[in-house]
Amino acid sequence: MSHTFPPHVIAEIQERARLGRYGVRGRGAARRLPGFDDLLLLPAAAATRDGAARRGPCRTETVLGTRYARNPVVLELPVTLAGMAYGSISPGAKEALGRAATMAGTAATTGDGGMTPQERDAAKTLVYQLTPSRHGVDPDDLRAADAVEIVLGQGAHPGPGGLLPGEKLRPRVARRRGVPPGVDLRAPADHPDWAGPDGLAVKIAEIREATFWRVPVFVKLGAARVAEDVTLAVTAGADVVVVDGMQGGTGGGEEVLIEHTGLPTLAAVRIAADTLAELGVRGEVQLVVSGGIRTGADVAKALALGADAVSVGVAALIALGCNSSSDDTGADVTADYRALGTAPGACTACHTGGCPVGIATQDDVLADRLDPDLGAERVANYLRAITAEAALLAAACGHASVHDLRRDDLVALTVEAAAMARVPLAGTTWIPGLPSGPGGG
Amino acid sequence: MAEVTLDADRLGIRGLNAALHAVPAGAHVRVLNPRGRHNLAVGLRERIAVDFAGPCGHYLGGLGACAEITVWGPVGRGVGENLMSGGIRVRGDAGGGAAAAARGGTIVVAGDCGSVAGIGLAGGTLAIAGNAGPYCGRAARSGVILVCGDADVGLGDALGDAVIYVGGRIAGLGDGALAAEPDENDLTAAKLIAATCGFDHVDPENLTKVTSVRYRPRLLSGRRAAGRPPVPGRLSAASA
Repeated sequence: MSHTFPPHVIAEIQERARLGRYGVRGRGAARRLPGFDDLLLLPAAAATRDGAARRGPCRTETVLGTRYARNPVVLELPVTLAGMAYGSISPGAKEALGRAATMAGTAATTGDGGMTPQERDAAKTLVYQLTPSRHGVDPDDLRAADAVEIVLGQGAHPGPGGLLPGEKLRPRVARRRGVPPGVDLRAPADHPDWAGPDGLAVKIAEIREATFWRVPVFVKLGAARVAEDVTLAVTAGADVVVVDGMQGGTGGGEEVLIEHTGLPTLAAVRIAADTLAELGVRGEVQLVVSGGIRTGADVAKALALGADAVSVGVAALIALGCNSSSDDTGADVTADYRALGTAPGACTACHTGGCPVGIATQDDVLADRLDPDLGAERVANYLRAITAEAALLAAACGHASVHDLRRDDLVALTVEAAAMARVPLAGTTWIPGLPSGPGGG
Repeated sequence: MAEVTLDADRLGIRGLNAALHAVPAGAHVRVLNPRGRHNLAVGLRERIAVDFAGPCGHYLGGLGACAEITVWGPVGRGVGENLMSGGIRVRGDAGGGAAAAARGGTIVVAGDCGSVAGIGLAGGTLAIAGNAGPYCGRAARSGVILVCGDADVGLGDALGDAVIYVGGRIAGLGDGALAAEPDENDLTAAKLIAATCGFDHVDPENLTKVTSVRYRPRLLSGRRAAGRPPVPGRLSAASA
């Protein structure tokens, strides 16, 4: 078998030859990337054990937006729910995520297409996304939010915007977005009303004026030129920088962008944290990292690398029921996955609108397959479980708070991960790419 | 009607906006010394009239509703950005992105507009007495843009359901835009806008109408799309 032309590559070429177009799908990069699994945490050993730190529960409280906002966001967990578009997922799914965030003590995030009343009611703490498309942006919703997130990019496709096929643009979604129903939508890459660093600064100031300087302003970046973008966001006045790595999901995007653009989350978090430190704003500007966060171990490692919190999207949807073989009525929906050309556990067909478990759909019949109460409970359980895992790991490393985790709690299993995360290769003091010296080769 | 005078030099941006938000409905406010400051009269929610006695900076009247704002001078970028209702009248030129993503209301510019005027317009009306810069009406989803003078290149690029009327010359249409003859409905609409805005220098009978060709690119939707016939058109163009 050819390594250059294996069967799946041949099949892709044949499909493009037949259709003359490129592939579109949901979720994030599926290729093997250096990630948090390539890092290990070093528990407190005899030489570093601090008895005081190990007594009592490990704290997980997280505060975001302490720089300029009058009311920073205070969370019980270092994990938030990432933004998901109204149109991409069903109203019931949005409501379930909002409710789950409230149950677990964290924040949910709106998405392209605006805020639904159910979502606002369900989520005690809600971050309002201002996306380049501006679909459904309502100043009243902006003021009703607990934070505003200006989206400059998304890890799955850091350059262009996402896609919303016409199948999912049902009349109620179209009305909220102010577009005709049934058309394929391509979100623009850029915000319509500003360009460049100075423009972002004035835009952030506008949001502050419109919200009376009450709520924090987050700036979300798709991980690409992370140091430059973080510098821009900080200089423009962001309270919180959100960096979304290339494993971050999308409701619909071009496969070639998903798999071949951006930076792995592991590299992005380290660069972003170092940039904040170089700018002298660590602790003043918080860093939220997203893109392929799945477990409490991922949370702990991201915090150790310098994040103040992480955001979960795809993992939250999986907790909600995505890729399950049965829906909330108990019915086996394997045949519906098969009709989409996929299977439970391997589905990335969010963009088709035919989600067999009623999450990534606007079809009312399919949407009824998700019970928002049950879904919220599952997501809240998941959030609590990964937070407990992260706290367990932090305590094992001798810390009284998950936010005390630091980079020297980490070692890498591979040279690539060591170079990206700037932590030593396990069993050595070698950090690839750094000059000789303490911790270096 | 209550008459209120506020001094931007004394209050600063934050203080001035707080004062404007505190003014009761029906009041008329005169703002002295705006001096090109950005983000003035942002997010207003009451039916008040505000006169700015001089130039204003970026995002004048952005994210607002209900208020009637007049600027006696030019404004910067993004005047009336995401406006929901009410009106903004600029007695001068406007920078780029006038009425960007506005969802309602009327924005009248007595002079010329910079680039991407009416970009992402999602309702409401943008009326320009003078000329419009490049890419006017880009990705405008709904609403109306009237350009009494000339329109630069890229007019109506990636246009959605919005309609653009141009009284002067068009340097070039954008991707997916189409010049058409106005019909009776267009004539009525253009006359109404011109009359409302006090534009007596434009002849509604001699306007060019620009709309979208409205092609709908189809996406390759995994296995379900396999049986679809290819549709002509470039998928790379924005369709919103």
